[in-house]
Amino acid sequence: MDAGMNRIKHTNGVQIRRKVVQGTMFGLFRISAAINGAALLVVVYFLVVRGWRAINWTFLTQPPVDSMTKGGILPCIIGTLCLSIGAIAVALPIGVASAIYLHEYARPGKVVRLIRLAINNLAGVPSVVFGLFGLAFFVVYLDMGVSILAGSLTLGALTLPVIIGSTEEALRAVPDTYREASLGLGATKWQTIYRVVLPTALPGILTGAILGISRAAGETAPIMFTAAVFFTPSLPTSIFDEIMALPYHIYVLATAGTDIEATRPLQYGTALVLIALVLGLNLVAIIYRARLRRDR
Amino acid sequence: MMLRNSMQNSLKMSTEDLDFYYGDFHALYGITLDFYENQVTALIGPSGCGKSTLLRCLNRMNDLISYSRADGKVLLDGDDIYDPNVDVVALRRHVGMVFQKPNPFPKSIFENVAYGLRVNGVKDKSFLAERVETSLKQAALWDEVKERLHDSALGLSGGQQQRLCIARAMAVEPEVLLMDEPASALDPIATQKIEELIHQLKDTYTIIIVTHNMQQAARVSDVTAFFYLGKLIEVDQTETIFTRPNLQETSDYITGRFG
Repeated sequence: MDAGMNRIKHTNGVQIRRKVVQGTMFGLFRISAAINGAALLVVVYFLVVRGWRAINWTFLTQPPVDSMTKGGILPCIIGTLCLSIGAIAVALPIGVASAIYLHEYARPGKVVRLIRLAINNLAGVPSVVFGLFGLAFFVVYLDMGVSILAGSLTLGALTLPVIIGSTEEALRAVPDTYREASLGLGATKWQTIYRVVLPTALPGILTGAILGISRAAGETAPIMFTAAVFFTPSLPTSIFDEIMALPYHIYVLATAGTDIEATRPLQYGTALVLIALVLGLNLVAIIYRARLRRDR
Repeated sequence: MMLRNSMQNSLKMSTEDLDFYYGDFHALYGITLDFYENQVTALIGPSGCGKSTLLRCLNRMNDLISYSRADGKVLLDGDDIYDPNVDVVALRRHVGMVFQKPNPFPKSIFENVAYGLRVNGVKDKSFLAERVETSLKQAALWDEVKERLHDSALGLSGGQQQRLCIARAMAVEPEVLLMDEPASALDPIATQKIEELIHQLKDTYTIIIVTHNMQQAARVSDVTAFFYLGKLIEVDQTETIFTRPNLQETSDYITGRFG
């Protein structure tokens, strides 16, 4: 072998060790990434195997009967949909407005730091604490009772940090050159935000919103004191009605049902519906974002 | 600094003893400079000399930077634009700007040009269409885009995007056009088109251009001002600056000995 070729081959110990370290580290990273994907697959596989037999037309379109050992889960599906829509109706306007204030208007300083600290702490509050807060404040103090409204407000408060975070992220991704161009043409700050910044940030904001909903849809603790009940065969007619909800229904069947063993398939079936709903929402977010990006 | 040659063009803008600070950093020192109608004034100097800062004082774009401060006067037709009663939004309609990197909005070609009119409350569709066409023609872009006005502006080439940005700036009919290295991100052919455009546009506008490119300054401008370390070193007819500058620093810079 000539000297020129040797220069670029692994010949000495340093080069070989480097290669081994490279290989090991990338292997570890790859395994970590694979564990993520595997975890989701295992959960879904588990639920499908145990739950798919429970799922049929009656299950999706009828209320539970015979002390919830038979029948369907329609009130739970409707209830969870109401709570999710309610939560986003509460959190999206407030969250987006807060993020616009923090990112576009507020001058960096003590006040902004304080608000950010509050938001970060809000994100760290355990969901059961939100449930208790909702019970004390919305249900009792504001006298809303156990209702869709109280549950939506509680879930909205829980979702708020997610929405603010993702909206700020989306606003940060809008190049400053757009803002300069708009202001340079004699647009006001609000016109710039409304006509240029928000439309550009929209895919990111909506993605965050839908991820927020899908998280809210799966929460149990915040709604068990504020919106959800053990059993109600009727569908809600107003926002002051109490409802059944998918996550709470699973909890009830699995811990306090009349015949826990006999309802196992129903529990897994309900869980499967819930996870399908959540994954479906995420899918909608992904497709919607892709379409908005393509339309640019 | 007054020009030695008498000008037949009338004074459009001027700065009087303008100081500018970014926080504690003193970026401009007592700049006094005149800009004349229907002339192209080039601001040249090494990076960090303050030429872009000065440009951005002329439409108060620097207001966007927190902790920045301007002292002194900037006059537009004799009125101080830093007067507390001045509406910055209105000012920017009269003093338009084209930026270093082409920055069309992620909207259609038509909507990009119509933007400035729309934010000024124009709703009349035929008026909008007419103004969009005129502006695109002025920017020498009409023939290239007339078939696809409603396609995304982001699909245009870099040179086309920059001409679109010029059309967008002109649609609101400003009196002064500020250009911050408008061709630095473009290839030579696109650059040439922009330079030809600047030649035509000075019939209508007062143009002030920042450039790093000496040949460009020599080609497009009537007056050249040389800046160094935040100070205005020398200003004169472009021909004079490039052939027999008064000061050694100017001569060193334009011949490429530093900067």
